[in-house]
Amino acid sequence: MICLELFVTFFKIGLFTIGGGYAMLPLIQADVQAHGWMTAEELVNFIAVSESTPGPFAVNVSTYVGAELAGLPGALCATLGVVLPSFLIILLVARFYAAFRASAAVSGAMSGLRPAVIGMIGAAAVSVGQTVFAPDGVQALAGYPLACSLAIFVLMAFLTHRKLHPIAIILLSALLGIAAGCLRPM
Amino acid sequence: MRTDLSKARLLFWTFFKIGAFTFGGGYAMIPLIQREVAERRRWLKDGDILDIVAIAESTPGPIAINSATFVGYQVCGTFGAFCATLGVVLPSFLVIYVISFVLRQFSQLLVVQYAFNGIRAGVLALLLKALLSMYRQSPKGAVAYAIMAGAFVLTAFCGVDAVLVILASAAIGLAASHMAKRRAAE
Repeated sequence: MICLELFVTFFKIGLFTIGGGYAMLPLIQADVQAHGWMTAEELVNFIAVSESTPGPFAVNVSTYVGAELAGLPGALCATLGVVLPSFLIILLVARFYAAFRASAAVSGAMSGLRPAVIGMIGAAAVSVGQTVFAPDGVQALAGYPLACSLAIFVLMAFLTHRKLHPIAIILLSALLGIAAGCLRPM
Repeated sequence: MRTDLSKARLLFWTFFKIGAFTFGGGYAMIPLIQREVAERRRWLKDGDILDIVAIAESTPGPIAINSATFVGYQVCGTFGAFCATLGVVLPSFLVIYVISFVLRQFSQLLVVQYAFNGIRAGVLALLLKALLSMYRQSPKGAVAYAIMAGAFVLTAFCGVDAVLVILASAAIGLAASHMAKRRAAE
């Protein structure tokens, strides 16, 4: 039963994600957190795992959530769910390739979708920001200085701007996070 | 039939390699597809890559899956699409499935929690950077800004379903471009 629920949820996520990369984040936040499959913190942690492992975020997150909830069958159902909408739609589009590219309806809809995705990723960033600056439910981290998170964020924003590789950003912020945790006043 | 089978096998391995060596997914995959599929195998012309990106962006689902399905279909039909898609998904699936066993155990360690505390700040920086570059490429104008702001507020503060926001903004984009065309015709 859980497998069917995984399949349906990730099918919906795959179907309504337009554009690459983080465009999937708002939908995943809504569905995966609403089901209680992952907390906000776990999801942001997993973004880092996904950036440092091969493959698209969509496949990574669906495989992970599926495996956590129902082992191999769960991982298969969730991943199949997230891949299937793209696969079927592209098969259709590839057949009517020229018509699709020239279609006024497609470009019209896209002119509304692209800004909407940006607004929605902005909303996702707000909730990621909450996990950084106002984390809840992490008792072990009580007393973890907020200033450290802020300093790490500012430094990483600068280094990202200077085009440091995402994996280097993640490694460096992990080291700084450990340093800040170990040096914090007891 | 024989050549089709060997083509399909080649598609599978080519996209397996692409899936295994792209970190962060999506756009990171495009240069690799270009090198393997256009330059090395000559399955497509260089200009086709731009078409693939355009189609992958304007259809639902992750760019990696969309491009693999599309290229596979162009090279040898539905079976080719299946092999290419399976190839691109499999590396992430395997890696994440293995990691899922480890991640749960390690995430209890205090030092790992410290690391992730730093990492979340780094992820926020990466996310904002991605947002900024998407914003630079997005359509400008009053309608686009209104959709952006509307999608942001509705998702972040009003808890509106992301699917609804997607559907509504596609409809608004469609209507707005239709009206602009009518006005231009008059």
